[in-house]
Amino acid sequence: MLEVASLKVRYGAIEAVRGLDLAVGKGELVALLGANGAGKSSTLAAISGLTPWSGDITFEGKSLKGLSPEAITRAGIGLVPEGRRIFAGLTVSENLLLGGAVHAAPVELRQRAAEMQDRFPILAERRHQKAGLMSGGEQQMLAIVRALMARPKLLLMDEPSLGLAPQVVEAVFDLIASLRSEGITILLVEQNVPMSLDIADHALVLAQGRLSVSGTTEEVSRSEAVRGAYLGLSA
Amino acid sequence: MEIFVQQTINALSLGGIYALLALGLAVVFSIVRLINFAHGEVMTVTGYGIWFILLSGFPVGLAIAFGVVAAIAVSVSMERVAFRQMRGADVTTLLITSFAVSQIIQVLFQTGISARPVAVILPAWLTDSIMIGPVRVGMVSLLSIAVVLVSLVLLRLVLTRTVTGISMRAAAEDFAVVRLMGISANRIIATAFAISGALAGIAAVLWVASRGSVDPLMGAIPVLKAFIATVVGGLGSLGGAVVGGFVLGVVEVYLQAFLPEGALPYRDAIALSIIVGILVLRPEGLLPGVSTNRS
Repeated sequence: MLEVASLKVRYGAIEAVRGLDLAVGKGELVALLGANGAGKSSTLAAISGLTPWSGDITFEGKSLKGLSPEAITRAGIGLVPEGRRIFAGLTVSENLLLGGAVHAAPVELRQRAAEMQDRFPILAERRHQKAGLMSGGEQQMLAIVRALMARPKLLLMDEPSLGLAPQVVEAVFDLIASLRSEGITILLVEQNVPMSLDIADHALVLAQGRLSVSGTTEEVSRSEAVRGAYLGLSA
Repeated sequence: MEIFVQQTINALSLGGIYALLALGLAVVFSIVRLINFAHGEVMTVTGYGIWFILLSGFPVGLAIAFGVVAAIAVSVSMERVAFRQMRGADVTTLLITSFAVSQIIQVLFQTGISARPVAVILPAWLTDSIMIGPVRVGMVSLLSIAVVLVSLVLLRLVLTRTVTGISMRAAAEDFAVVRLMGISANRIIATAFAISGALAGIAAVLWVASRGSVDPLMGAIPVLKAFIATVVGGLGSLGGAVVGGFVLGVVEVYLQAFLPEGALPYRDAIALSIIVGILVLRPEGLLPGVSTNRS
């Protein structure tokens, strides 16, 4: 579904991604792991059209080169951005409406929002509340559901567990696992390596903008580099 | 007491015009971080539009509608021709571009029509005054208050009840994420300029109705006042722009009406001192906007 080849992302003199290759198949959950500054978020920013890049990115066989962020979203790629970036001054309902704004007629849009609120009752309870007043975990849930409102074919998730309390992190990973079981294709960027490996099909580990380890989650878990650096296990 | 009521109506009328203009500046600034000093020239276009249609013998209603539509068209064209090319540029570049657009339009009117004011002959009922109890009030003042209120209510409905309006409020918070919702950046920015143009057009109709003339520099002072109003209200805050506009109108009219004669030459200095005082006490403005998150 998504193929990335020889991807490079530069910020001035700094090369954040140095020739990355990756592929995500339909219905898969692929985890892109690594430490801070490894190039994970830059990879998602490139796929979403938020930052200039070189190399090749194709989605369902079509190149994403030169497409604007809005065109990429309309093509079926949704992003849950790092730091949630919900619209704090808008209500929960308004955040949800915007999530599906260009994909559905107003009546269908409200129907989708109602379905999401049925599935996530906390969002129904808070629907008239300013989103900025919600807790971090609720805001993360809103950011994920907002992206789902567009019914994306591929969901990019950028560090969804960042800054959340441990029990909330578990709830977020449960939600990601349930989305995966519903058949939604997901590319998950995370620093929480153990929990990501628990729910993913494949994993790639980035280090300084380059691919360090890749394979099925079992293969990656067995990798000495990953065991030592991310899982706290001796090699 | 009568004088106080009369001056309060005048203050609300003038403040309302400033509020519309300030709101027009704020709508654009909140999304593209541009203080559009050519906003005043959008007013001027409306003024000349009304003048031209009335001169051609058409009724005043048509002249007003033409003036407002012309303002929307000019505002959207400005964005398309001048500001779109500068998208993403720093604030200084955008500011200089807006001054350049402003100067070009002023010179076009000066050379194409006249540097001198031309009279806009409006129907007598519009320039008359009426008695409300013991208070004599100008029709233009009353109409201004009504039109401003209706405009603000309509704008609020657009911003809260339509997907485009909600997108614009969201874009004021985080434009990059709005684009990630698949919403076209061009559409949001063009809509912001269209709304801004409509507000400038409505303000211009009221301004011309109270002055009875139009000249190439007509919009220069009002846009400066509107800029002050947006800063007082809280740069980027739509509610703040409205409050700032009314505060500025009230300060100006009350000082003009109630200052002792000897102090009148210092009216503007006193008004600006009050504004500075407000900003010292509330540097973020009276109603600061939601903290922005931009990339």
